[in-house]
Amino acid sequence: MAEPLLDVRNLKIGATVYPPGEPPEDITIVHGVSFTLEKGKVLGLIGESGAGKSTIGLSSMAFGRGGVRITGGEVFVNGRDILKLDHGGLRKLRGDEVTYVAQSAAASFNPAKTLMEQVIETCLLHGLCDRAEAEKRAVTFFKKLGLPNPETFGNRYPHQVSGGQLQRAMTAMALCPKPDLVVFDEPTTALDVTTQIDVLAAIKEAIRDTGVAALYITHDLAVVAQVSDHIMVLRHGKKVEYGTTKQIIEDPHEDYTRALVSVRSIEHEEKQPTPKPVLKIENVTARYRGTNFDVLKNISVDLHPGQTLAVVGESGSGKSTLARVITGLLPPSAGRITFAGRELSREQTARKRDDLRELQMIYQMADVAMNPRHTVGTIIGRPLEFYFGLKGDAKKKRIQELLDEIEMGKGFIDRYPAELSGGQKQRVCIARALAAKPKMIICDEVTSALDPLVADGILKLLLNLQKIEHVAYLFITHDLATVKAIADSIAVMYRGQVVRYGSKSDVLAPPFDDYTDLLLSSVPEMRLGWLEEVIAHRKMESAGN
Amino acid sequence: MKLTLSATIGICLTALFVLSAIFAPWIAPYPLDLAVGGVWEDPSSQYWLGTDTIGRDILSRLIYGGQITIFVALASSLLAFSLGAFFGFLAAVKGGWTDQILSRIVDMMMAIPSLIVALVILSVLPLNLTVLILVMGILDSTRVFRLARAVAMDIAVMDYVEAAKLRGEGQGWVIFREILPNALSPLVAEFGLRFIFAVLFISTLSFLGLGIQPPLADWGGMVKENKDGLIYGKAAALMPAAAIAALAISVNLVADWVLGRTTSLKGGRGG
Repeated sequence: MAEPLLDVRNLKIGATVYPPGEPPEDITIVHGVSFTLEKGKVLGLIGESGAGKSTIGLSSMAFGRGGVRITGGEVFVNGRDILKLDHGGLRKLRGDEVTYVAQSAAASFNPAKTLMEQVIETCLLHGLCDRAEAEKRAVTFFKKLGLPNPETFGNRYPHQVSGGQLQRAMTAMALCPKPDLVVFDEPTTALDVTTQIDVLAAIKEAIRDTGVAALYITHDLAVVAQVSDHIMVLRHGKKVEYGTTKQIIEDPHEDYTRALVSVRSIEHEEKQPTPKPVLKIENVTARYRGTNFDVLKNISVDLHPGQTLAVVGESGSGKSTLARVITGLLPPSAGRITFAGRELSREQTARKRDDLRELQMIYQMADVAMNPRHTVGTIIGRPLEFYFGLKGDAKKKRIQELLDEIEMGKGFIDRYPAELSGGQKQRVCIARALAAKPKMIICDEVTSALDPLVADGILKLLLNLQKIEHVAYLFITHDLATVKAIADSIAVMYRGQVVRYGSKSDVLAPPFDDYTDLLLSSVPEMRLGWLEEVIAHRKMESAGN
Repeated sequence: MKLTLSATIGICLTALFVLSAIFAPWIAPYPLDLAVGGVWEDPSSQYWLGTDTIGRDILSRLIYGGQITIFVALASSLLAFSLGAFFGFLAAVKGGWTDQILSRIVDMMMAIPSLIVALVILSVLPLNLTVLILVMGILDSTRVFRLARAVAMDIAVMDYVEAAKLRGEGQGWVIFREILPNALSPLVAEFGLRFIFAVLFISTLSFLGLGIQPPLADWGGMVKENKDGLIYGKAAALMPAAAIAALAISVNLVADWVLGRTTSLKGGRGG
């Protein structure tokens, strides 16, 4: 066997944490992980947040982010231990041999320089080639990555191109110095599904054509299955399972991997519409103050009691604006909203207390949806006090009931949000909404900031609560897998309009309109060869047209 | 977070000033207003810091003077904070015209140097402690308003504030229960700084003769009384000046520490 390109042996990584009010504490983030990567191969690193994926990925450049220290083990790149390199040696390694593609391209590019300058910067600084040669290389990569007008693309500034294009430009930047290894750190996570697929295909093709090896870091197993040869599953800084992509997807050995593979396999039977919808939106049009175009155009949808209406679409389609209009934060310029048989005032401030109580909302970022200076007891207790006048023991008893309902049990009442995990925070937000005994809850991307397994737990909880409390959900999401799992009816939004609306079975059955087809076919599926199929299918279609 | 060395020094000195001010009648070796020695006597075992322009013990006057300087500075800072924070939060929460009107009034007040405004007002109004505190408090509240508004603006866009508004909570709850607890840390740190400015301001006013009036003693006034001594090489005027500097520095050290502490506490996790 040839010598591996990257050989990580018993890697240990630590950091110092500063818990408020307590002395600093040394913790271990990665507990002795070993793996090898051969030339031209792609290894997928997968795991939930805090699993140590990025930390391990960056260690292949001998880099530790923000106070993170490599405390033990060896990392060999091309046969030499890079942890022993001095500053100059590291500088040569990073850029010559190993390059990096970050998650948020928008935050990683310098807005004051053109893309070309930044893409060829490494080549020039490291003296790998002259400017003309570097620019030629860059244009080749722009072409390969499917960027528009590759000859002149480099003259643009970062803000002049879209998020997906920027991510591809960063891939070009990483490939330009012709490194041996590229570390991709969640390169498509911040993108919409419809954009993600193009970037994914471009990255895969570029990896294949250049023969570069890659570490592909992501939390989405379906994505990593499309690009990598091997997969390593990580959890809490330990290796859970390592194998070929085929083995991991089709025959996972460990329970944790099995759970990851079977995520979003919730079965939900669709309910029939009732004669009296709890929420009726008729011809609603809205625009933000000071702008001259409508962000919502003529929206009409119904939500039935005890059911879930999923509003799907990519970012900028107007999903969250619809929520703002329903809650009255953004008064619509036309149309009417009927809630529980009463017409709602357009302005939130003009609404009756019962309207406010019966229409609750859960946010995407549970972190900022709860006051960090309030305890869980105050957060859940306030609606009880505010709407029902509960006090003292009665309030406390009800809080505990709600905590039991969200499966959190005792001991949480006096905790602060900072002392909860991501999933627990979202549960507390759900309890706060339930405390008001609502008829309807707007769920705005409530699972998209969570790890897949945690998100699954939240979805199951929401479905259970729907059965018990008979509450209706308006579920805003960009994730079609979630939609399939929980919706009774679906509204597909595109550029402020509902392009497709109906029961789940109708919306998800062909014939599709163009946008719904694009959206549906862009959701990564957990099987090998999916990406190739979709790309081939699209090429055929565009050729047919 | 642990106490740093500078914070310890700051807290000890501040405590010393505050305690000696509170217990002045028991600590001061001589009465406030009694000529006990000769004019501008040098420091000695009898008069630790010497005597002043009419033979009063400087240490005793410093201790009594601290009482009034600290009291006036504290009262005016508290007033400035109550006014500034309330209107600042209100402007941030209400926005629109409320914000415009309040902000422009503050702009107008800040456009004129506060010392000049204070001099004009104090030369018209009767000179007493209440007037002094009111004038200083109101003038200083403009700066607190700016800070409170900026801090509250950041907090007012948080989802938890929106959630409270959606619940139907009134302005009172939003300001005092949602925003105030999260804005408190930067405001407390700012309080230290504003307090120092108040000390300097009252000292300046007294030095100019428009602050605290004799026979009451305060540090700025003491510098004024003894400034002629400097010509004859007498250090009497430097004693109250040093006290002003020492108080300013020690409170600053505490404020710095509070500010550093709050940034690490904010939001719990990850800075």
